[in-house]
Formats: sequence, structure tokens, C-alpha cells
Amino acid sequence: MAAPILALRGVNKSFGPIDVLHDITLEVRAGEVLCLLGDNGAGKSTLIKIMSGVHQPSSGTIEMDGTSVSLPTPRAASEKGIATVHQFGGTFPLMSIGRSFFVGVEPTRGFGPFKVYDRNRANDIAVKAVRDFGITRIDDGDRLVGGLSGGERQSLAIARAVHFGARVLILDEPTAALGVKQATHVLRIVNEAKRRGLAVIFITHQVMHAMAVGDHFAVLIRGAVAADFHKGEKTREEITDLMAGGASMASLEAEIESYMNSHGGHPPPPAQ
Amino acid sequence: MSRTFSFGALARRPEAGAALGLFAVLIFFAIFGGVTFLKPSGMASWLNVAANLGVIAIPLGLLMIAGELDISVGAMVPFGAMTVSVISGHYGLPIWMGIAAALSFGVIVGLVNGFLVIRTAVPSLIVTLGTLFAVQGVVLGLTVLITKSTSVALKTEGVAKVMFGDFVLGGQMQVMVLWWLGLTALYVFFVHLSPFGNWVFAMGGDKVSARNAGIPTERLTMVLFVLSSTSAAFVGMCQAILYNSAQVAGGQSFIFNAIISVVVGGVLLTGGFGSVIGIFFGTITFAIVTQGIYYTDFDRNWSSLIIGVLLLGAVLMNNTFRKMALSYAPKKGGK
Ligand SMILES: Nc1ncnc2c1ncn2[C@@H]1O[C@H](COP(=O)(O)OP(=O)(O)O)[C@@H](O)[C@H]1O
Ligand SMILES: [Mg+2]
Repeated sequence: MAAPILALRGVNKSFGPIDVLHDITLEVRAGEVLCLLGDNGAGKSTLIKIMSGVHQPSSGTIEMDGTSVSLPTPRAASEKGIATVHQFGGTFPLMSIGRSFFVGVEPTRGFGPFKVYDRNRANDIAVKAVRDFGITRIDDGDRLVGGLSGGERQSLAIARAVHFGARVLILDEPTAALGVKQATHVLRIVNEAKRRGLAVIFITHQVMHAMAVGDHFAVLIRGAVAADFHKGEKTREEITDLMAGGASMASLEAEIESYMNSHGGHPPPPAQ
Repeated sequence: MSRTFSFGALARRPEAGAALGLFAVLIFFAIFGGVTFLKPSGMASWLNVAANLGVIAIPLGLLMIAGELDISVGAMVPFGAMTVSVISGHYGLPIWMGIAAALSFGVIVGLVNGFLVIRTAVPSLIVTLGTLFAVQGVVLGLTVLITKSTSVALKTEGVAKVMFGDFVLGGQMQVMVLWWLGLTALYVFFVHLSPFGNWVFAMGGDKVSARNAGIPTERLTMVLFVLSSTSAAFVGMCQAILYNSAQVAGGQSFIFNAIISVVVGGVLLTGGFGSVIGIFFGTITFAIVTQGIYYTDFDRNWSSLIIGVLLLGAVLMNNTFRKMALSYAPKKGGK
């Protein structure tokens, strides 16, 4: 089998006295979606910040295509093809779609000192890139990014990363703030990125979303990989239980059900 | 993907509010003051004010679009004026030396401002508040030390006088008006047509993302601070050459007036949104309000009230237009 595009080997991370990540070993391959699951505070964001050059591991190594690399800055990571899309997608809400798509690499026309920003070309390329991902509602590159829906913004950010040659796409809770329909959009785009051969690292704590696109799952509990398995190896209930740190969701559900049966269909009062 | 003209598209531009504000002010003064202020003789009065203010307001507005602020311009105007007057007036050295020194000090203070803002996490309002007072102190202290006076005379002749401190077109309009128009055209090119403008907007939108996208945010910050303080020194220098003298005081009014022009011009105070043309309109609007009052029967003490109302009105209107631009979506095309 080909070497994984990106791999972490025995990565630890502490902030001063606080140990956040313990001995993390993970791999992600081309055309594969790795779902990173875990409760709030489990260390998911810290882990992807190490993969995107924001933090440096305290110990352990990062490998790309089988060779050890260092990612001293986010810029270094993005030059190596690791793109991170944050929860709210577009980061420049008051810029047009075309302008924000090409921030830092603006297309120009003309010569020498008279080079001007080629708005039509930027708009056309940006709009085409998102439309190729199936977001056909975007057809005017002059629209401001802030006016797009959450799902559209995510899609634009993903399309942008792919357009500029990303090989690894890191999505930090892209569906957390979205409604059902918008989340479906984003999941469809994750699938499209995977179909194009990208390695996708998808963070969520919605098991349904993970199951919809994931090939490979890693559950993080208090900074350690508690489980690492492939599609079809565990049921939804088992994954939910794992994420809850072992406290069985099924037994909780059974508890609620029996309460309701004995209280004429009323759910138990909320715990204080 | 139609790119045809439409009023909707015009209303979504950052300068939409500024254009409307200018229009309203023109109507107001045409009604209460007659159209004299739109005749060539009347125009010179507010064009001169707008030009001196506008040369400073545009780079200040760019800083604000980039998410920074520079209030030290208020000290750079007298600094520029005093530098050229002390060197070429008091010491009698060639005028070009005075001009070069005034502009160099502008560059240096801009570099200091930029450096402090980049290296410390202190907001640029505080950094430039510090340099505002520091430069004011230097100007007053050095001037009194060197010349034993707070006002220095300067006599300029020849090319320098014609280029920087003369009147044109019949003797009422300052040559600064031409500088202002030329510089505005240059700024429009660099900010809205060249690719660099995009960097300024990206920086004001989200500095970290802009840096990660490969934009040299620190160098750009330096350049913008150098532009604003050098522009202020330039205006001071030209005023000294025009009026044949320089005073240590004065210049502070430029701080508020320039910020008002920028905000009326549609620049978002928190950065990331605005336009050079908007600032241009905002500056003219401000100048017409302060000068137009002389053509009406109102006591001129009322002009501050008008400016205050104008500022609040402009901010509200600009917010509305920005919301319109944000929520704008073209009619659903074919799926
Ligand atoms: N810069 C930091 N300094 C100290 N502690 C941190 C820092 N970043 C994260 N942590 C801690 O690491 C733990 C994991 O955080 P995080 O990675 O954000 O979790 P998740 O994204 O899974 O919710 C938390 O307890 C958090 O307080
Ligand atoms: Mg997180």
C-alpha cells in the first residue's frame, strides 16, 4: 500500500504543565476521509493545529508521503498542500467571492506597472470552482462572502483549497453551526473532495455526519486515541458510547425509556 | 453573470452612502446659501479645505481599511511645516533641503509607528497617540530652542513655490488641489485596480488569514503608516511654503476632520470595507459643510452641529448600505 499522505507518529503536546495530547499515532491516505471524533476538550482542535503548522508537537514526528517533515508555520503547511477550513469558512466576509478566492494570488492583466486586478477572470474562476463542487446557487463573483449561507461559505473555502492544489483538507467542525440541509451540502462536498483524491480530516461530534462520509474513524478521549477503526467495524451506538467516554448511551436511553413507561410517557425532569 | 449597469449594483458599492450624503449637502446649501459656492470663486474655498484634508484622509482611510489608525498625523502637519521653515527659513538653506528633510521625517515617524504597531501588541490608536504627543513635544521644544520663537518665517521662490505653495487658475485655488486630484487618481489605481489593494482589504478583514495567504502584512502595515505620516508632513510643508511661515501649534484639527471624512466616506471603522472614491466624497462633503455655512445666513457656530448630524447620519446610512450589499443575492438562476 502507498505511504499515507500525512501521518503522525507518537505525537505528544503539552502547553506548559498541561498535557493535552498523548502519544497520538494517526494516518490518512489519498481519497480517504478520516473522521476525528471526540467530546469538547478532547484535544481535536489542538491535534489539527499541529497538522496545520499552528502548534509544534512537544515530541513525536509528522510524516508526509513517508518522510518526516516539520511544519513551522501555517504557511509552510499550506505550501505542502495541507489546507485548513475553519468553522465559518470564508474569513473575509466583506470581500467579494472573486477577491477573497484569490487573496494573495490575484490574477492580473496588462503590463508592468499597469498590471490591474483581473476581476472578470477572478470571478469566473471562483464561481466555476464552487459550481464544480455542485453549489450551483453561486453565480455572481461580485457577491460578498458574508452574504453567503454557512454551507455555501464552507463550500467556497473547500473549493478554494482544492483549486490551489491542497492534498490534505482539514475541516474543523464544518457542520456544527449548520442546519440539516446546509450540513448535507457540506457533506456532499466532502465526498466530492474525496472522489478527487484528497485526504480529508473531518472533525465533528455528530456521529451521523461522520458515518455519512467517513472511511476511517479515530476517537479522541482526553488527548489520547481511544479507538481507531474503519468503516463498518463499529455501529453508530458503539461510536456514540466511545465518544461519551464509555458511559453507555444505550443504557441511558434504556433508562429514559423505562422512566417514561412508568410515568405515563413523561420524560424525566432535566438533571440540575 | 451579467456585468451590466444597474442602480442596485451602485447602491452596494462602499461609496454609495458618501455619494448620497454629498448630494444631500449640496442640495441643503444650494437652498440655504444659493449656488454661489458652486461658482468657480466659491468652489475654491471648499476645494482648498478638501484638498489639504483629502491628501491626509485617503492614506488614513487606507490604514483604517487595514484595521489600523494613525492620529499622529495631527503632529506631522506642524512638524512638516516647521522642518522646512527652520531649515530653509531660519537657517536659509536651499528649499529643496528643507523639503527633503520634512518628507524624510514623515517617513521616519511612519516607520516608527509601523514598527511599534507590529512589534508590540499595543493598538495603533495608543501607539500613535504616543507619537502624536512625542512629536508635538519635539516640534515645540526644538523650535523654541533653535529659533527662540513659536513661529518661523519662510520665503520661497521659483519652482518649489509654484509646485508646492502657490495659487493656480486665477489666484484663489491652491496648487494642493491639483496634488489632491492627482494623488486620488493614483490611490484609486493602487487600491481598486492593482492587485495590492486586495491585500489591504484582506488585512483589515482578518490579519492572520491574510498572512497565511502569503500577504506580507507587516511590510504593508509599515508602508501604510509611512504613507499617512509622510502625507501629513507633505501637507504641512506645502502650507508653510504657501503662507510663508509655520506655527508650532495647529494640525490637531486634522485628526478629527480626516477621521470624519473617512467615516462619512463609507470606511468601516473595524476595517475590511471602504473605498478611495468614498473617502474622496466624504472629504468634499466635510469641506462643503464647513465652508458652505459662510454662504448661508446661519451663524457659522452651527456648522459643528451640522457636522455631528452628518457624521451620525452617514454612519447609519453606510451601515444600511453595507447590510444591503451583504444580503444581496441575485435572483435564483437556473438550477
Ligand atoms: N494554547 C493552549 N494552552 C493551554 N491549554 C490549551 C491550549 N489549547 C488548548 N488547550 C487545552 O487543551 C484541551 C483540548 O482542547 P481542544 O484541542 O480545543 O479540544 P477540542 O477541540 O477537542 O474541543 C482543553 O482542555 C484546552 O483547555
Ligand atoms: Mg475544537
